[in-house]
Amino acid sequence: MKTLPVSARRVLIFVLASLPFGWLLWATFTNHLGADPAKTVVWQTGLWALRLLLITLCVSPARRLLQWGWLMVHRRMLGLFALFYAVLHLLAYVFFILGADFSRLGEELIKRPYITVGAPALLILVVLGVTSTRAMMRRLGKSWQRLHNSVYVAVLLAWLHLFWQVRSSYFEAALYGSITAVLLLIRLYWWWQRRQKVRRVVRPGQMERG
Amino acid sequence: MLIKFPSKIPASEITPEPIYRARRDFMRGVVGAGAGMALSSAWAAPAHTDKDAVDRGPDWLRKQLAAARPDVVVAKDPLTPFYNVTHYNNFYEFGYQKEDPAANSEGFNPYPWNVEIAGEVGKPGSYHLEDLLKGMELEERVYRLRCVEAWSMVIPWIGFPLASLLKRFEPTSKAKYVAFTTLKDAKQFPEQKSYFSSIDWPYIEGLRMDEAMHPLTILAVGLYGKALPNQNGAPLRLVVPWKYGFKSIKSIVRIELTETQPKTTWSEIAPDEYGFYANVNPKVDHPRWSQATERRLPSTLFSPNIVPTQMFNGYADEVASLYSGLDLRKFY
Repeated sequence: MKTLPVSARRVLIFVLASLPFGWLLWATFTNHLGADPAKTVVWQTGLWALRLLLITLCVSPARRLLQWGWLMVHRRMLGLFALFYAVLHLLAYVFFILGADFSRLGEELIKRPYITVGAPALLILVVLGVTSTRAMMRRLGKSWQRLHNSVYVAVLLAWLHLFWQVRSSYFEAALYGSITAVLLLIRLYWWWQRRQKVRRVVRPGQMERG
Repeated sequence: MLIKFPSKIPASEITPEPIYRARRDFMRGVVGAGAGMALSSAWAAPAHTDKDAVDRGPDWLRKQLAAARPDVVVAKDPLTPFYNVTHYNNFYEFGYQKEDPAANSEGFNPYPWNVEIAGEVGKPGSYHLEDLLKGMELEERVYRLRCVEAWSMVIPWIGFPLASLLKRFEPTSKAKYVAFTTLKDAKQFPEQKSYFSSIDWPYIEGLRMDEAMHPLTILAVGLYGKALPNQNGAPLRLVVPWKYGFKSIKSIVRIELTETQPKTTWSEIAPDEYGFYANVNPKVDHPRWSQATERRLPSTLFSPNIVPTQMFNGYADEVASLYSGLDLRKFY
């Protein structure tokens, strides 16, 4: 991958991340979505939104732990694909499950806790998507990073959205929950490390007193 | 509530299982049927050679199925095609995805089969399925099946009233409820070994005695004119058309008449979501979704087939009297 030119990697990642969407289109037109296509489309788009969000969150650890610095330029595209599938997920739910009855969307948003937590997760992704351009990065300066840290809130809410829909099998919830936990714990460790360093630099006397 | 999508079913989906229709018309002695065959569209199901579309089961059962009385109680709705009935359902013992039961049930062996009749009956014991069915006249019942997950189908079952079976074993005056148990056998039901399941196997369901004795309540041994496919609950399952699908327990090995209300699987796991009664009721939501409408399957994305859910799944005339005086919001 490293030896490929950036543009070639871009095309490759774009194609790979589009595959689930391509499959859904193909299955829609050849009738391979099963008896209840509405359910299949909502489930698959939601699952891919979460998967791509988790892949996006793997970029930083891959850079620092595996020295995959080349991956950094592709983080934005991966994040935007997560947003893309999340938007499809909402549209599929509104049109295919609620029958495009928008009055019911408001009702469901209030009544169903798992939808109540799913909505802000999507909202965060939208905001992050909109502010993901270079121009926005410059404009927001230091607060850009702080804003984009809210991706951790989004992934937690997305996982909760999945977890609260479990009926009897905890398999998916456990799988994506443990991946989320590992990715967040890495950050927590980094944050703790940074704090230690800052302490040592700023207040060396503190350590001795222990 | 607004239903923006037309509830009218498009012509492409009206086509019932043509082979089945032809066979049924043959059973009725009607010649020259099959006008619907030409309509069989590619949209009904992907092209497939279907291992389930063959005759199954032992000879004695095939003979009885062939002699079944057609259409005793008919739902007016168009039938859900055989392929969808057999390839989209919940049977968690075989897996949690809707395609899993069809994919993972090939090794299941439903014959020979024993059913234990226990509890408050005059003649308890363990009986061969063949003996239970001896002399039992099979009937076809075309019923709507409404899943608690807000999808529904129309299925031509073949079976017999549960009442005619129970009467044979002479329920005592103490018999107030009937509890049913599915086979527990992790060798045949791979998911019974799963570490991720919240279900305490075996699956258990139950009915009040008057519900069990109601003429609409049947034990099914077949669908679409053939013995039940493994994934649909072979060889013997319950069908209670006015209740959510999870009440209609599959692959029954034990029927016990009890004095107290049995602890049923779903109402034990999540009592706030699944009640003992589980009567189809558009006015009482599942906490996680509305029960006001349902997706009548098969549907396509372009015509989601969203139809209003009917009280008692459309069987109110027959069963509403069973619940007079009962607060259906409390006893959901």
